[in-house]
Amino acid sequence: MISELLINAFLVTIMLSIAIALIKTRTIIFTVILTSAYSLVAALMFITLDAVDVAFTEASVGAGISTILFLAAMAYLPKKEEESISSEFIPALSCIILGGILIWCSFDLPEIGQLTAPVHQHIAPEYIKGSKEDIGIPNIVTSVLASYRGYDTFGETIVVFTAGVAVLALLEKKNSAKKNKSQPKQKIRKNA
Amino acid sequence: MISSTIGIWNYWIVFCLMMIGLFLVIGRKNFLKKIVGLTIFQTSVFLLYITFGKIKGGTPPILNESINTIYSNPLPHVLILTAIVVGVATTALGLSLVLRINSEYGSIEEDDVSAQDLVDYHDDIETGKTLDLKFKK
Repeated sequence: MISELLINAFLVTIMLSIAIALIKTRTIIFTVILTSAYSLVAALMFITLDAVDVAFTEASVGAGISTILFLAAMAYLPKKEEESISSEFIPALSCIILGGILIWCSFDLPEIGQLTAPVHQHIAPEYIKGSKEDIGIPNIVTSVLASYRGYDTFGETIVVFTAGVAVLALLEKKNSAKKNKSQPKQKIRKNA
Repeated sequence: MISSTIGIWNYWIVFCLMMIGLFLVIGRKNFLKKIVGLTIFQTSVFLLYITFGKIKGGTPPILNESINTIYSNPLPHVLILTAIVVGVATTALGLSLVLRINSEYGSIEEDDVSAQDLVDYHDDIETGKTLDLKFKK
């Protein structure tokens, strides 16, 4: 069991180093590639933590589609991040304080993998027992996603639809605004 | 001692990752970097949830024939599956907002954008056009 946790600790440390590299880099293309690598290592982590469904969703959606979105947006944006004028001391300090508080609280969390942890006592055993009898699907995640908590998935599709409509509205305005923008400004100048 | 350290090592690194994501969001002035920070924050929260669901010696929650199998907790997996898809929708929305800002201001740095806003505001005051008039229109 300890080797399993060692692999975990190793992968999560790789993720930490990728995140630190993300703070250092100022080039947008490196930022996008590092984000993609971060998602892929996260997918590996999910496999070692027994979450196979989450792993392949993260690998395809997190590392695949969001990277494509970033690359597509990058084509229209400046390629370099500018050094900011204002100091980053206060944000860094508040993050360090908050992180310290969270780590202090982590001593009260149950150790990883304990069967007696509260999260395993609530409703999960019923889902595991009922999946075969009630729904007849061997993959418990599927039966919870589509049947026991089907309303969650329905809500998710609504959220995705709303986001899609909002994206379309924003990008649509971009084209029409260019045409309309020049006319009102000229009018104002004439009046003035 | 070593095993208990490894037992909560994941939590510590996950909290560090969260703070790095938060720092990218509030500390950096580039809007694209802010969205990358949100993604980092999200993925670290996913890791935290999946870490809670792990059981030592457990298998992935797919039913098999033997009776004495311990399955890892499927409930966090389901919640995170939903969250991943919603996260991509949020990223797409954020990126389109950034594109729109870039087409309007010609920059995606927060300092530039707020400086331009300030200049516009003072121009409006000088030409006698106050904010109230703008809203009435």
